[in-house]
Amino acid sequence: MRAALLIAGLFLATPLPAAGDTLVADLSDHLIAISSGFDGDDVLMFGSIEGPGDVVVVVRGPEQNLTIRRKQRISGIWVNNAYQTFEDVPAFYAISSTRQITDILPDPEERKRHAIGFNQLPIKLGTASRNVPQAEVENFRSAIIRNKQRSGLYRYSSGEVTMISGKLFRAPIHFPANVAEGIYRVEVYLIRGGEVVSAEITPLSVSKVGLEFEVYDFATRQGLLYGIFAVIVACFAGWLGSAIFRKR
Amino acid sequence: MQIYLPIAEISVNVFLLLGLGGGVGVLSGLFGVGGGFLMTPLLIFIGIPPAVAVATEANQIVASSVSGVLAHWKRGNVDVKMGMLLLAGGIVGSTVGVWLFKLLRQLGQVDLFVSLAYVIFLGAIGGLMFIESSRAILRSKRPGGRRKKLHQHTFLHGLPFKMRFRKSKLYISALLPILVGFLVGILSAMMGVGGGFVMVPAMIYLLGMPTAVVVGTSLFQIIFVTANATILQASLNQTVDVVLALLLLTGGVIGAQFGARLGSRLPGEKLRILLAMMVLGVCGWLLVGLIVTPDDLFSIGGGGH
Repeated sequence: MRAALLIAGLFLATPLPAAGDTLVADLSDHLIAISSGFDGDDVLMFGSIEGPGDVVVVVRGPEQNLTIRRKQRISGIWVNNAYQTFEDVPAFYAISSTRQITDILPDPEERKRHAIGFNQLPIKLGTASRNVPQAEVENFRSAIIRNKQRSGLYRYSSGEVTMISGKLFRAPIHFPANVAEGIYRVEVYLIRGGEVVSAEITPLSVSKVGLEFEVYDFATRQGLLYGIFAVIVACFAGWLGSAIFRKR
Repeated sequence: MQIYLPIAEISVNVFLLLGLGGGVGVLSGLFGVGGGFLMTPLLIFIGIPPAVAVATEANQIVASSVSGVLAHWKRGNVDVKMGMLLLAGGIVGSTVGVWLFKLLRQLGQVDLFVSLAYVIFLGAIGGLMFIESSRAILRSKRPGGRRKKLHQHTFLHGLPFKMRFRKSKLYISALLPILVGFLVGILSAMMGVGGGFVMVPAMIYLLGMPTAVVVGTSLFQIIFVTANATILQASLNQTVDVVLALLLLTGGVIGAQFGARLGSRLPGEKLRILLAMMVLGVCGWLLVGLIVTPDDLFSIGGGGH
């Protein structure tokens, strides 16, 4: 499964046909390893452009299905009583650019074509509870963005991409501790005159390694055995605790 | 020092977890309760997903109950026969509880249910304990008060399948402990508690067991009920985080030993009134969380639909 993901990642690594190699880019690291000391990580996107233009770096996490729930006060208590599901929601989405996105790409159609911007994400509607009228769907949609921003998983920062002598660029990308596992896509766009003239996509794998991976793998594959193991560990720890303290 | 929890999928400070385990451990040793009713809300408060908090806490309680029951066993304070009947009900109850938990999780109502259940149970038990122990303190100051009847007969004593329990000096229907075990089993699976705080009063007031054997017997059956809940949560919901449980129980086992020593030096009634106030405090805090308007009415829910 993991091997398959990695192979899929390698295919993604092939850059898009860039117009005359005006854009060259790479990541400082292609793997974010979630080990036991993991508390978020940073990678650096760097490269060079030929000629004038602005650079936009977009990082997309694996797509997932989400349920957004809305609370309502029922006899004094806040209760989840409406839901709307969404499909193809990126688990992670970060944009950084040399200048404001709306200045670089003023045409919303062009932004939509490349899915650059929170409101340009191709998120599909799923099912909803009966008490969600059509007019309300937008509130649920914007709630995805708001909740994801609050947990640091969606970010927009203009000016984070810095140019060196108008040719080299560097863009730091921060991944918080709560990132989901999977294959991420790091996209670099070269934009000139309000249009994307060149793009390059680099894959980035986020995955649990070592003990973190073993525990997670054991727990999800063999829940029953894992549960029995957890109980044995607990019994032993309890006995050990009282045995140590008895001797003193 | 941060540690990444593989099932909860968040990064937490190791010393915070050890400290939480230790602090709750001292209290549980002091009052002779499992401490799950304090630990689960605290875990949720520091950002552990509620489903993981509930399941992992069940795992931790296995350890603290084993540690506690060993001491009671040596003093002969475990009524195994009574424990087995409570257990029979408890296993069925916790299985039903885990299944209900899965259902509620799909409906998106787990958080609400866990909070509501805590508010109701903590409120009721904390309130009763507070009234009872403050009366006891008042009585002790006024000598010559009326003595309660040793044994009150109610309809509960007319139930069939009567059995003799030597250790507990009781002759009651076997259905009673099975029913008590069943109800507490549901609670323990759904709320991530051992159920001692419900079980102990139920054994004293409902079954009429002598106080000396109550704690040991309750701990004895809690081991098996929480072990059952842990295994079921792990296989049905995949929400048991062994790394989190290990950190909590390291602090917990040590804390409980200190708590037990501290407890033997403090008077019983004052201890109970302190516990009652703490229970009511947690209850009030959870109630506020249910009533105060949340910052964002919309939230991302896991699974379901």
